[in-house]
Amino acid sequence: MIPTEHGLMLAAVLFVIGLAGVIVRRNLLFVLMSIEIMLNAAGLAFIVAGARWAQPDGQVMFLFILVTAAAEVAVGLALLLLLHRRFKTLDTAAASTMRG
Amino acid sequence: MFELLWTIPALPLTSFVVLACFGSRLSKAASALLGVGSVGISAAVTLLIGFEFLGAPPASGAYSQTLWNWIAVGNLQPAVTLYLDALSLLMTFVITFVGFLIHLYASEYMAGDADFARFFASMNLFVASMLMLVLADNLLLLYLGWEGVGLCSYLLIGFWYTDPANARAAVKAFLVTRIGDTAMAIGLFLLFAKLGTLQIQPLMAEAASQWPEGSGWAIAAAALLLGGAVGKSAQLPLQTWLPDAMAGPTPVSALIHAATMVTAGVYLIARTHVLFGLAPQVEVAVAAIGALTLLLAGLSALVQSDIKRVLAYSTISQIGYMFLALGVGAWQAAMFHFMTHAFFKALLFLAAGAVIVSLHHEQNIFKMGGLRKLLPVTFWTFLIGAASLAGIPFITAGFYSKDWILAQAWTSHTGGPWFWFAGLFGAFLTAAYSFRLIFIVFFGEAKTHVHHHPGRRMTWPLVVLAALAIVSGFVEMPETLGHVAAFSHFLGSALPPSHHPEAGVEAMLIGIAIAAALLGLAVAYFLYLRNPEKVDAISKAPLAASVHRLWLSGWGFDRLYHMMFVAPVLWVAEINKNDIIDQIYRFTAWLHRLVHQFLRTTQSGQLRWYAAGIGVGTVIVAGVVIFG
Repeated sequence: MIPTEHGLMLAAVLFVIGLAGVIVRRNLLFVLMSIEIMLNAAGLAFIVAGARWAQPDGQVMFLFILVTAAAEVAVGLALLLLLHRRFKTLDTAAASTMRG
Repeated sequence: MFELLWTIPALPLTSFVVLACFGSRLSKAASALLGVGSVGISAAVTLLIGFEFLGAPPASGAYSQTLWNWIAVGNLQPAVTLYLDALSLLMTFVITFVGFLIHLYASEYMAGDADFARFFASMNLFVASMLMLVLADNLLLLYLGWEGVGLCSYLLIGFWYTDPANARAAVKAFLVTRIGDTAMAIGLFLLFAKLGTLQIQPLMAEAASQWPEGSGWAIAAAALLLGGAVGKSAQLPLQTWLPDAMAGPTPVSALIHAATMVTAGVYLIARTHVLFGLAPQVEVAVAAIGALTLLLAGLSALVQSDIKRVLAYSTISQIGYMFLALGVGAWQAAMFHFMTHAFFKALLFLAAGAVIVSLHHEQNIFKMGGLRKLLPVTFWTFLIGAASLAGIPFITAGFYSKDWILAQAWTSHTGGPWFWFAGLFGAFLTAAYSFRLIFIVFFGEAKTHVHHHPGRRMTWPLVVLAALAIVSGFVEMPETLGHVAAFSHFLGSALPPSHHPEAGVEAMLIGIAIAAALLGLAVAYFLYLRNPEKVDAISKAPLAASVHRLWLSGWGFDRLYHMMFVAPVLWVAEINKNDIIDQIYRFTAWLHRLVHQFLRTTQSGQLRWYAAGIGVGTVIVAGVVIFG
């Protein structure tokens, strides 16, 4: 049995890696991929928590997250295609035309 | 016949409504017919009611007619009720009758004016308001009429509003009388709060039973009402608006600023005489204000060069007499002088208007002269009016009314030699300035060409008023001279009688008063007819010149008030040009703009920055939740 702390630690590390990717990356494709990592980190945390208390709720939650992630990717890829069509680039900074 | 009482104010009011709504579509003849006719019928109804009142007076001495309930809020239930007793009948008679003559005169005087209908609409509204004022059964209704006449006064002073000076005079009259009106309104609040009613007769009974003589509340209420009376009747210290009010057309000056509205204050005090009787200190103040006003205004009238301003100061001075009479408790004498004054002062104004129109709107008396032969009707009627004003003995009405006041000022317990002497000196001044006017305007050499002679609609009112200015005095004569007491008998049901002096004292007082009036006439004769160059010589002296300037400006009250009230307000307005209160809101606006500037920079459009913001925010919230 893997200790709960280790599982949670791994989830936290994955989450921070994903967050760092979202913040640092300029390419929208990589941003989307980083978001996927963050979502999976969150899913992992649920799985670990479900295993800790021997409850199926954690796995149920993970299924929800999977569905959410699929929807997110669908929308995200559509945005990515539009961005590419409009600006001929995948750089998110190029889309900052609406400045305050 | 008494049931027709409501038609007296209703007729002019109806005419006002018609003229105000459709005046521009009516011909001048129709407007004049409506404007003059409505007041004429009112006067006829008043005469009918007056005869019935004299023949078979109501048992209680008063008839009241409730038309409808005006307001009903708790205790405050003023009804629109007309109250006719001897006092209001006298006022109603003077208002409608003199009003009718002045309207008739105005229909010719104003014939060339484009705003003919507007003029008659305002005049009719004035007559209706004034009738409401004197017929009101409660003080609230009286106040309605009181404000109504103030409004009409404003409208008519500024009738020729295209000249800014006229508009300024109108605003001045409105604002200055407003000071008094505010005091009066506070007085009404006080009376209602303390005595629980505003209906005049119950109110007076209540005051007499609840307040002992000299009680603080009675003094406060009487003083506040006096404030209103002082403003409306142009007495010290609120007299400054009346000379400027002469900017209005002459019939307006005759009706509003001589015969009726300016005596509303006299009426108010006479109407609430019970209250004033409870406040002897205020009574003394009334007498002192009257005495002082009649002297100051009399001296000012002596040096004016505008014919209407002479008459305006004379009006202030004569109302001063009425206040003096009210102050010494001679209620009937005050009302007698009110009546005779209404006749002869309206006559003087109308005659002056005839002169002004004949000389193509010339008002400077030093450009007139020698009009005696050129305008005979005007001259004779003006002479009768001036003689009545000056109190020329035995034949004129003014002599009897002024004499009554002087006798009362001497004998009354609140009066005394000082008040009597002020009145006596005033009588001398009155005679001097009235005949100065006569001698300058109608004698000497003609200086201006007469190119218009007044027609019948202008001369008839003059003749009728001239007759009244003589015969109206014969209804009340002192014991030494015939002893007629018809007027005091008539008013006896409404106002308490005054005590007559002993016959010997009375004869002496009359003799001295006659001497004073004749002395004034003689002075005017020698200074203005025989030796006019002497007046020039006197007024050249430096001291006399400055006195002359002081009197000409009405004792510098205008300048004083400008320094005391207008200038400080302008000064504060000047330093507060940017509005100090506004600075608070400006600061708030500036703060918002600053925060906005700061927050705006966060909306960079950079996706990564937003993500970082969300991340940092989540960390902070998580930290607060976990460690907070």
